[in-house]
Amino acid sequence: MTSGPENIEQPTEQSTGSESTPSHPLVTALQREHPEWIGEVIHAFGETTIIVPREHIVAACSFLKTWPEGQFNFLSDICGADRGVEEEPRFEVNYHLFSTTKYHRVRLKVLLNEEDTHVPSVSGVWRTANWHERETFDMFGVIFDGHPDLRRILLPDDWQGHALRKDFPLRGYEPYSLK
Amino acid sequence: MGLENIIAEALPEVLTTQLDSLINWARKSSLWPATFGLACCAIEMMNATTSRNDLARFGAEVFRASPRQADVMIVSGRVSRKMAPVLRRIYDQMPEPKWVISMGACATSGGVFDNYAIVQGVDKIVPVDVYIPGCPPRPEMLIHAVMMLQDKVSKESVRDRKDIPEEEAREAVVPGTLPVTDGSTARQNTLPESRPYTIASRHERRRSS
Amino acid sequence: MSSATIPPQFEIVDRPLDTQMTISMGPQHPSTHGVLRLELVLDGEMVVKATPDIGYLHTGMEKLFEYKKYQQGIVITDRMDYLNPLGNNLAYVMAGEKLLGLEIPVRAQTIRVMMCELQRIASHLVWLGTHALDIGAMTVFFYCFREREKILNMIEAASGGRLTPSYFRIGGLMMDLPAGFENRCKQFLDNFPGAVDEFHKLLTGNRIFQRRTQGIGQISAEDAIDWGLSGPCLRGSGVNLDIRRANPYCGYENYDFEVPVETDGDVWARYMVRMREMRESHKIATQALSRLQPGPVKADAPKVVLPDREAMKSHMDALIHHFLIVAEGFDVPAGEVYHPIEASKGELGVYMKSDGGPKPSRVHFRGPSFVNLSALPVMSEGEMVADIVAIIGSLDVVLGEIDR
Repeated sequence: MTSGPENIEQPTEQSTGSESTPSHPLVTALQREHPEWIGEVIHAFGETTIIVPREHIVAACSFLKTWPEGQFNFLSDICGADRGVEEEPRFEVNYHLFSTTKYHRVRLKVLLNEEDTHVPSVSGVWRTANWHERETFDMFGVIFDGHPDLRRILLPDDWQGHALRKDFPLRGYEPYSLK
Repeated sequence: MGLENIIAEALPEVLTTQLDSLINWARKSSLWPATFGLACCAIEMMNATTSRNDLARFGAEVFRASPRQADVMIVSGRVSRKMAPVLRRIYDQMPEPKWVISMGACATSGGVFDNYAIVQGVDKIVPVDVYIPGCPPRPEMLIHAVMMLQDKVSKESVRDRKDIPEEEAREAVVPGTLPVTDGSTARQNTLPESRPYTIASRHERRRSS
Repeated sequence: MSSATIPPQFEIVDRPLDTQMTISMGPQHPSTHGVLRLELVLDGEMVVKATPDIGYLHTGMEKLFEYKKYQQGIVITDRMDYLNPLGNNLAYVMAGEKLLGLEIPVRAQTIRVMMCELQRIASHLVWLGTHALDIGAMTVFFYCFREREKILNMIEAASGGRLTPSYFRIGGLMMDLPAGFENRCKQFLDNFPGAVDEFHKLLTGNRIFQRRTQGIGQISAEDAIDWGLSGPCLRGSGVNLDIRRANPYCGYENYDFEVPVETDGDVWARYMVRMREMRESHKIATQALSRLQPGPVKADAPKVVLPDREAMKSHMDALIHHFLIVAEGFDVPAGEVYHPIEASKGELGVYMKSDGGPKPSRVHFRGPSFVNLSALPVMSEGEMVADIVAIIGSLDVVLGEIDR
């Protein structure tokens, strides 16, 4: 097995359901403190994913940042994903957290429906979330409430549509012309 | 620019031939590129200027940052849709005579990236003189392209390039109007007649270099 | 006067010297290391606010990954951070291997470490050359590229491409090292410390260089972590974090190297960190070279890894596997992984999500330059315009990785 990032006891176990067998001590401790934040826990491929309901994401992030068990002071990445045009919920936003003191990682996931793609912004918790959220907005159309400056970052400012959605064609809608 | 045109119009043909060869020699021996390095090909362009493959031997010594001081624009790298108007604006700012080398597969035709974000070929925006394939092309290929451009420059005549208005200058290739074939030429059984890689020019003297 | 009219949104101010001036630096600029545009609000020579405007090299790579099979995607990763293509390859390939649960043979891992460290040296050489060039030292540019040519020769001998090698595959390497590679590598590694000493002689004691870099673009450790900086930018501010030590991969825990850390947090500190990192990479590459043992370079997974050419030409099942892998691709189990590596610029993370088919459902690259650049406004407030160039150089941004 290629060396995984952290010392999880069962690296390839897939366990879902809200009363999962949390074999990771972090999840156990978090479940004791704030069980309403944990929608679902997935342990797979040596990583822990916690599905957090949308309204609790800011509270969960700021808690995890200062909690002595967690100390997740480094936000590696915010990444959106489109599950598919017919999926319900359609979009997901992944927050990859890292601790520079304890060297462990966790992924928080927020699931969004197609009609209501609003998520509270975590740029107050880690300032690096600013640009990551702008990119997720640009690519998927997920709107981050409370973001100081939510506008397009990679695509041109007058671009129509959101490029990484599954229903956006690969070649775009029209070839480029100067006019 | 202006003085040469005045002289050219006043003199008979045989003297303009001598004038042509002098002016073309001067132009091709000091082609100053404008820095337009976009992506990976820009690194190979930088490699072409360093000591192992020395582009300065061919006159392309200084890469001018200002397009107003440059002769040739080497478009090296993929041109995204956000960058395309910028590219056109830089090209427009270059004074005549100017040439464009499209370096790499992405500048020539979109390259690996056939998608919404990349302009499929910089010749949709500016008229191109020399295309270089490769991803990225080796620095020697860039030097070869500069040599081909020098061949092309030496075939020009002073009477051709005048201070013409912008719209007429763009008549060479109107952007976006390259003909799209239906593939019928690929199905023809006749071989195209073989051509040398450059068209011989009566002004050219091949020196061993 | 000119016949051009000033557009209505720009108002003419009667006392222009009293107001602040907003200028646009880039996207075509000799010192922005690519197509980066900065909107600088200046008060005279002092920068009040610097806002990066990116997207001029956006290539839609993440969308392209969803339309290509896993092995085809490796080629696209080369073009992302084009100074460190082997690092991009490694991150992508290791994420795929994590999803598949493959075990990589030891020789492949050793070669991966060696090539990645050589690539790190090559990337730092470009950084040093262009950074020094922007600050004004032209000689260093040519010296660095001379050394880089030797590394590119070796990478080209191994993989066929100087700048876009695509040398790694999911399951191992593309093919084994060619004959004579080890001697060339040893020759280069023996001469390299002398070259680093040469760079130090040219720059480190140079008073002009010191004045241009010390005290410029400072960022504290707390700010650096909050803004997500990683790699030499973070280590220049005093935070001892290296993914090769924190979350080891590819056998890095078995190598003996130091992690250079400086505390000042300015351009000079980042310069010193990268110079010391070149020496450490040289150490790791030497150790990896000495540990090379003969062995397989591809994992034992016939449905994922292409068979040897000889086996393909003589055995029917190898031929069928080859055909299926190339034509249809291999199915990767459903799931998602996030695999970070320590690229030359910082933490390069790949988020790969699979639906169970031959093409990924989502691939996202957390580019270190993307996050490092977002801290530019913090670093450049209150600096002079001429120092912006030094700060951008010290961040070591590559627009291909930022814009993807």
